[in-house]
Amino acid sequence: MRMQPKTQFGSQSVPEGAAATAIELSEASVTFGRGDRAVPALSKTSLRIADGEFVALVGPSGCGKSTILRLVSGLVQPTSGVVIVGGREVAARAMRVGMAFQNPTMLPWMTIERNIMLPLKIVEPFRSNFRRLRKTEFRDKANALLEQVGLKGFGNRYPWQLSGGMLQRANLCRALIHEPRMLLLDEPFGALDQFTREELWAILQNLWMTHKPTVLLVTHDLREAGFLASRICVMSARPGRILDDSRVEFARPRTVAMTFEPDFVALNQKLRTFIEDARSAAGQGAG
Amino acid sequence: MFGIDIRQKAWSAGLIVLFFVAWELFCLTTGMSDLVLPRPSQVFVTLFQRFPVLWPHIVQTLATTMFGFVLGVALGVALGAIIGVSKTAYDTCYPLLIGFSSIPKVAVVPIFVLWFGSGTVPAVLTALSICFFPIVVNIATGLATTEPELEDVLKALGASKLDILWNVGLPRTMPFFFASLKVAISYAFVGAVLSETVASNRGIGNVMMTASSNFNVPLVFAGLFVLAGLGVALYVVFSLIEGQVTGWATRKNDVIAT
Repeated sequence: MRMQPKTQFGSQSVPEGAAATAIELSEASVTFGRGDRAVPALSKTSLRIADGEFVALVGPSGCGKSTILRLVSGLVQPTSGVVIVGGREVAARAMRVGMAFQNPTMLPWMTIERNIMLPLKIVEPFRSNFRRLRKTEFRDKANALLEQVGLKGFGNRYPWQLSGGMLQRANLCRALIHEPRMLLLDEPFGALDQFTREELWAILQNLWMTHKPTVLLVTHDLREAGFLASRICVMSARPGRILDDSRVEFARPRTVAMTFEPDFVALNQKLRTFIEDARSAAGQGAG
Repeated sequence: MFGIDIRQKAWSAGLIVLFFVAWELFCLTTGMSDLVLPRPSQVFVTLFQRFPVLWPHIVQTLATTMFGFVLGVALGVALGAIIGVSKTAYDTCYPLLIGFSSIPKVAVVPIFVLWFGSGTVPAVLTALSICFFPIVVNIATGLATTEPELEDVLKALGASKLDILWNVGLPRTMPFFFASLKVAISYAFVGAVLSETVASNRGIGNVMMTASSNFNVPLVFAGLFVLAGLGVALYVVFSLIEGQVTGWATRKNDVIAT
């Protein structure tokens, strides 16, 4: 299925192929606009992601990484090709995935707890029971998640009382509250400082290891990709294609210290080279 | 923080008192004729003495204002919601709206009088037409500024347009809405008085018009004081409601101030 050769990294080897397919893009292309002003965002991309996998998408900016996320979430329809998520074709119906962006977009008039419960107001079967359970079961659920990300006791605070890193943790909780099988993250830690970011890597890894959703993470940070992902796809400049698809098989839970070990650095170097090549091929120059 | 608040209020009150004292002294020292500029003490006396006569006019002006205001708000919210939700409607309607809003409302009073005769109806319509625009703009802006990321998050969950409007769009619009109500109530008041001045036999505007043609200048100023008082009162009422309903939008500033 995969067009590119697969490369092995790390010491641990995990058997592959047993899990069911969660996401499958075959020859998917997306073009925005029409006629002369048409902008190809993604060209004939094929990608298969197994259930429970943690995949990072890296590549030069504007290469269509976010477009893949929007395809999978059903926000964008492919111009050609097929996108299959959870065994069915993404059609007009949205996929009820959990999403988180760089901007945490907490609603300022609600407490953190109620912000996190927002998806439960929308997604069935929670939606029909929302009025009945929002003060009991659902609130406990929100607080259990908050505890997992180290925000215990912050549920009844308002968003403006929390720091950027805390808001981003709450954002992850909101993306997970309705128990989605799929978590789509678009540069969720892009606006945070290095230390907060590393702290959140560990939290996200922990969330993934306990809930085991399929994760698709778009990031610019190669260390972040290496730390979190079990697979890294490198994309070319616009219109995007997948240039390289590597497995990352460092043992979990991974630590920040591991990101400075030779194997990890070598992986980083390799990814860097791919992206720099892609950038210069697109005429943007490397730098 | 509390002390600063009190001091600020004392300064404001002091400035108001100083204004009237300076005015009084100015009239006394220059020997100004009360046909030109009556002293504030004279104005207050006139206001007190003529209050029983003024009262029905005050009621008339207030009723006209409120009626025009309520209609203006209803219309403004409806139109604002339509053009705020749909980008196409926004782009289509905006030029026409700007056109309407830039017509000086004094100019439309004669038309209303022509259609409906002088009296209450043109005053209500003037109040409506003058106060409705800020509401449309604010509602539309509030709805149009929902973060696209949040909209994506909710759409990916399968939320309908109505879900998003109800849970995000409308609450987000509330501060804009109440801010516009404060402006709109003042505008409605201006509109009502304007129309009364031009074409009515009731209302404060009419009282001032009649008084000035009789050279009863203190009564003209008394009318002016009544208008100022009513305007401030209405503004305060809507500020208080705003604070109650959309406290979340200003709470951030309180914390910074501490």
